[in-house]
Amino acid sequence: MQFQFTHVVGSLPLALNATQYTNAAGESFYVKTFKYYVSNIKFIRADGSEYAQPESYYLVNEGDSASKTFTIPNVPIGTYTGVNFMIGVDSTRNVSGAQTGALDALNDMFWSWKTGYIFVKMEGTSPSSTASGNRIEYHIGGFQNPNNIRTAAFSLVSNKLYIKSDSTSSIHFQTDVGQLFQTPNLIKFAETPALMTEPKTADIADNYSDMFSIVSIQTGTP
Amino acid sequence: MKVTIHTLLRLTIFVVSVSILSFSGCNGKSSVDPSTEFSLEVPSNFPAPVFTFADNPITEEGFELGRLLFYEPRLSSTGAIACGTCHRQTFAFADHGHDVSHGVHDRLGSRNAPAIQNLAFQPEFFWDGGVNHIELIPLNAIQNTQEMDESLANILTKLNNNPTYKQKFKEVFNTDSITSQLVLRAIAQFTGMLISSNSRYDQYVRGENNVQLTNTEKAGLQLFQQKCATCHATDLFTDHSYRNNGLDETPADYGRELITNNVSDRGKFKVPSLRNVERTSPYMHDGRFTTLEEVLIHYTSGVKRSATLDAALISGDAVGIPLTATEQSNLIAFLRTLTDNTFVTDKRFIDPLGTSNQN
Repeated sequence: MQFQFTHVVGSLPLALNATQYTNAAGESFYVKTFKYYVSNIKFIRADGSEYAQPESYYLVNEGDSASKTFTIPNVPIGTYTGVNFMIGVDSTRNVSGAQTGALDALNDMFWSWKTGYIFVKMEGTSPSSTASGNRIEYHIGGFQNPNNIRTAAFSLVSNKLYIKSDSTSSIHFQTDVGQLFQTPNLIKFAETPALMTEPKTADIADNYSDMFSIVSIQTGTP
Repeated sequence: MKVTIHTLLRLTIFVVSVSILSFSGCNGKSSVDPSTEFSLEVPSNFPAPVFTFADNPITEEGFELGRLLFYEPRLSSTGAIACGTCHRQTFAFADHGHDVSHGVHDRLGSRNAPAIQNLAFQPEFFWDGGVNHIELIPLNAIQNTQEMDESLANILTKLNNNPTYKQKFKEVFNTDSITSQLVLRAIAQFTGMLISSNSRYDQYVRGENNVQLTNTEKAGLQLFQQKCATCHATDLFTDHSYRNNGLDETPADYGRELITNNVSDRGKFKVPSLRNVERTSPYMHDGRFTTLEEVLIHYTSGVKRSATLDAALISGDAVGIPLTATEQSNLIAFLRTLTDNTFVTDKRFIDPLGTSNQN
């Protein structure tokens, strides 16, 4: 079973440092960094039972194309009518000390002065930003005060996922950077060029709840 | 740490002595198999530890590797600042004489370097409690631009290119690749073993070696229990809470609020342990007081009202803890019984390279 992520800004493909985009508030911007955690992936069956992948932690990074496709091994054979995952890292792994792999502090998605993972990191520039160098920087995370863990859930009822031993199934997701600044909370770079620790980070967390959509599903036959 | 029968038996005859854990010299070959766990000793007058090292079993080699890293200045960007630069054993691993410490290029930090002692018994770390695990403590100092100003990536490059470290990590963790997790776990094996529990007070309360307190010290202890133990609770001498002890009407440093985003935490800082307090001057989060006398004068007559002043320091219209001059000197006599000369001179904890930067 494979997950694949394609990154866009609205209707345009994401190209780091190359394409100028416009946010919902009409401000232009460039993207330098875009990375986020996908974790605790679950596949839901019609009867409501689920398969939760053990040790399910992935760091998806636009700057590392290999990270945008990964294999989820050992998903049990069967028919699935839903899939969901956590955007971010569960509280347990935020209180368990030094980690490895996707959760290694080496990945620059971890706060050393206030223990916890950054769940979604977006950095870039915008002429509307009053920060030095016109920077825009959003490091959104934290599992308490506020809790910015969100879940992305998808119904596959009308487009079921069949996992068969001999099939290579995959779900292709699209992630929209523009949605970070859009709904339900309009974020203007002129007003809020950076967010890291403030309670207001929850506004962006509420926005990134909706930044994923399913583009296509490759599946076996029942 | 597994509290085994063996450990419990040892607790009943707890004596801090080098003989319990015999360490080979830093360059000597150890004869101990790294898989042999030697556990953290839990002093019988301490509460249970928070960190038990279940997933990072302490070994002699691991402890020694952690010690080497603790005193390793190459963990900083300039190669000049080690953990041990600002955490010096003779001062219970505090930075005596510095209200705030000097990092790389003599940059000044923003808060007083706390003592390192009995970390395994603490749920949270730093003045604001921002760090929640003993393994993660070094990250803060390593990455802070005012302190060691170095990236994990650079540190791992340096260590992985160093044959000595390669060999030691192989011995301890059976790996050819030094990772950030293993660096942090090795350091935690050292810092977690920094137990201070052999002061005269400890021996007195445990009824060891016929140690007695003087009448003055006993009077101070009684006063302490009445007037200070609300916050400086248990034989760890802290309840691990965050409180505003009336230093400022308008705090420059928001303290705990920076972690919780809660305005009711403004100007609150962790209640520090008072162990070895005689040696950990200067005092408070910003090192504003140089002597214990100044600290007690603050509590007697210097406490300032503010919205978050701790209730324990308010009685009706008055603030602070009223203490006569005699009571103050008795209290200080008691506080000096918390000095642990075994801890501050323990040869197991010294810089194995003898290069610790004493600035």
